Amino acid sequence: MDGISFDVAHMLAGGLVLVSFMLLYQDRMFALLNVFALHAVVLSASVAWQGLIQEAPHLYITAGIALALKAFIIPVALHRMVMRLGIHRSIETVVGIGPTMLAGIGLVALSMVVMLKATAGAAADPLAREDLAFALSVVLLGLLMMVTRRNAVSQVVGFMSIENGLILAAAGAKGMPLVVEISVAFSVLVAFIVIGVFLFRIRERFDTVDVQALDAFRGERR
Amino acid sequence: MTLVDLHLSWDALTAVLAIPAAAAVLLAVLPGYWLSARLNVLAAFATLLAALSLLVERPPPGGYLFVDDLNIVFVVLSTFVGFTSSAFSASYIGHELEIGRLTPRHLRFYHAMYQTLMFSMNLGLLANNIGLMWVAIELATLTTVLMVGVYRTHEALEAAWKYFILGSVGIALALFGTILVYMAARPVLGEGADAMAWTALIARAGGFSPELLNVAFVFLMLGYGTKVGLVPLHAWLPDAHAEGPTPISAVLSGLLLNVALYAVLRFKMLLAANPAAIAPGPLMMAMGLVSLIFAAFMLYRRRDIKRMFAYSSIEHMGLVTFAFGMGGALANFAGLLHMTMHSLAKSAIFFAVGHIAQAKGTQRIAEIRGLTESHPVLGWGLVLGVVAIAGLPPMGIFMSEFLIVSSTFAHQPLLAILVVFGLLVAFGALLLRLNEIAFGEPTGSTARVKASYLPLYAHLLLVLAAGIHLPAPLVGWFQTVARLLG
Repeated sequence: MDGISFDVAHMLAGGLVLVSFMLLYQDRMFALLNVFALHAVVLSASVAWQGLIQEAPHLYITAGIALALKAFIIPVALHRMVMRLGIHRSIETVVGIGPTMLAGIGLVALSMVVMLKATAGAAADPLAREDLAFALSVVLLGLLMMVTRRNAVSQVVGFMSIENGLILAAAGAKGMPLVVEISVAFSVLVAFIVIGVFLFRIRERFDTVDVQALDAFRGERR
Repeated sequence: MTLVDLHLSWDALTAVLAIPAAAAVLLAVLPGYWLSARLNVLAAFATLLAALSLLVERPPPGGYLFVDDLNIVFVVLSTFVGFTSSAFSASYIGHELEIGRLTPRHLRFYHAMYQTLMFSMNLGLLANNIGLMWVAIELATLTTVLMVGVYRTHEALEAAWKYFILGSVGIALALFGTILVYMAARPVLGEGADAMAWTALIARAGGFSPELLNVAFVFLMLGYGTKVGLVPLHAWLPDAHAEGPTPISAVLSGLLLNVALYAVLRFKMLLAANPAAIAPGPLMMAMGLVSLIFAAFMLYRRRDIKRMFAYSSIEHMGLVTFAFGMGGALANFAGLLHMTMHSLAKSAIFFAVGHIAQAKGTQRIAEIRGLTESHPVLGWGLVLGVVAIAGLPPMGIFMSEFLIVSSTFAHQPLLAILVVFGLLVAFGALLLRLNEIAFGEPTGSTARVKASYLPLYAHLLLVLAAGIHLPAPLVGWFQTVARLLG
């Protein structure tokens, strides 16, 4: 593995973690969607770079899907939906920004410790090891975002950032079969979630996109 | 017999997958209740025949699909319950159409989704590739989400959304675990599909990096454990069971939870084959035991009849996970038997509950009284089902629970006390509610319902028969699988 290809892969994967942090502190809906689009762009650049250095052309397909769907189509769709529902004000958080960021740093540290230690014995190439550690950080940061936001749209964004982390891990696992299929399956899942928000018309059904309001209906007190 | 022969001639393995897939496409375009409900039953029956023929003649393991001693148990069980549930669904959905809860368009969608679910569950069970299995379980999650939300009521949508978010996060964690397993296998098996094939993985697991396998198992256990409904990842399960159509509650409890458990078991075998990796058993035992005791207590506060039996499913899946986690020939045998019995008994209960809720027009336990007087056939069916699920002799669940408890006493006497405690707590709750529902002065509507009693009593009869006498070939078969599970 020559130096420059490692450095670029490292930079892109690290960039994805950084953008995950940016997602954590967004408190406006449109800004959140824009940062998510950036997240998808960094991901697709990272996957395409992996395709180049591994000489695995199928990864370009994965990168292309990520770019088209998650950097353009889904953010635009969510953008329009947020406009139509009139919920583009601020996002309610359960925990403040400061503690959330601190928790995020803790999670990244945790994933570094866990993954680098776990892969030490495998003697895998250093790129794959660091990729996995970054991917786990992105996954955990996405989970953190899902639990600290009450709003359904930002939970969807949190879920999609988890998915980006997984695609990063799958692309970094050299020679892994079915990566394209898995990314397609995931895209279907994400598309369903977005369509679900549309179709189920959460706004009309529940008068709010605040998930906390949904929790009031436990089905027990009808 | 001719049908079986026909399928054998063009590979039964393909048929188990192709029949539901083709039926799903056909049902998506066919209008009309009469035809599509019958076609649904027919397709499920043909799938069952194809699965049964796999028992007789087993194709050699292929690159993406394979049949072995373990997954054939699950395939036969799931196609059987899929078939009986489709027969129940035909009469249940007929009533829902009459009262206008479902429109003809939703009906088409419902039937297509039913067959897609059958397809994806069979694919998940038969897959010889951890990635393919993941995709199949994801597809099963998606179809059940859509079916849970099919009534479009407030509660149904909320349940579907909750299931969706929790299920997706679970599925995402499982994928991360799957990638880690591939990373662990790659140095040994080389790049490509071999490093994801069960047959290759299990043969060479001894050489994998134990640290990576350990981390992978934690993710897989959390991910697929969400779908098994283990506490504390169970939150989606009661809502999804209570708000969806009842045939789906039966299929969820009877089948989908098993498919997720199957995935956990496969990875457990993988870890067990590597001497340096952590023992996966204690984690499974802990989660199973917590699920059992937690769900047992939760049973007391339920006011919705379907929700109550959903908690009972959490309890039983917890017990099965506990038994498999403990391992050993007897505990594995008992776990396998208990899983089979639970699938049969719980889907029978949901068959009864579905018609009861239709007859009474409510799912509230407080509004359902004196069923054995107002609807004797359904009422006694429910009584028998609850007696079975509570673990009273002579039903099959008594035997499997007895085996689990006695093997726990042999291995871990202290834990056995907790298991017995959880079982007794659940027993009390179930009998308490059963007494209210089944006996006393009837309330509410006493109008007849057009119900199909055959699936209900067929399941109960099987559970009873298993409790009285287990045929020797079945015992031998389950013992082989139990040894395989280690």
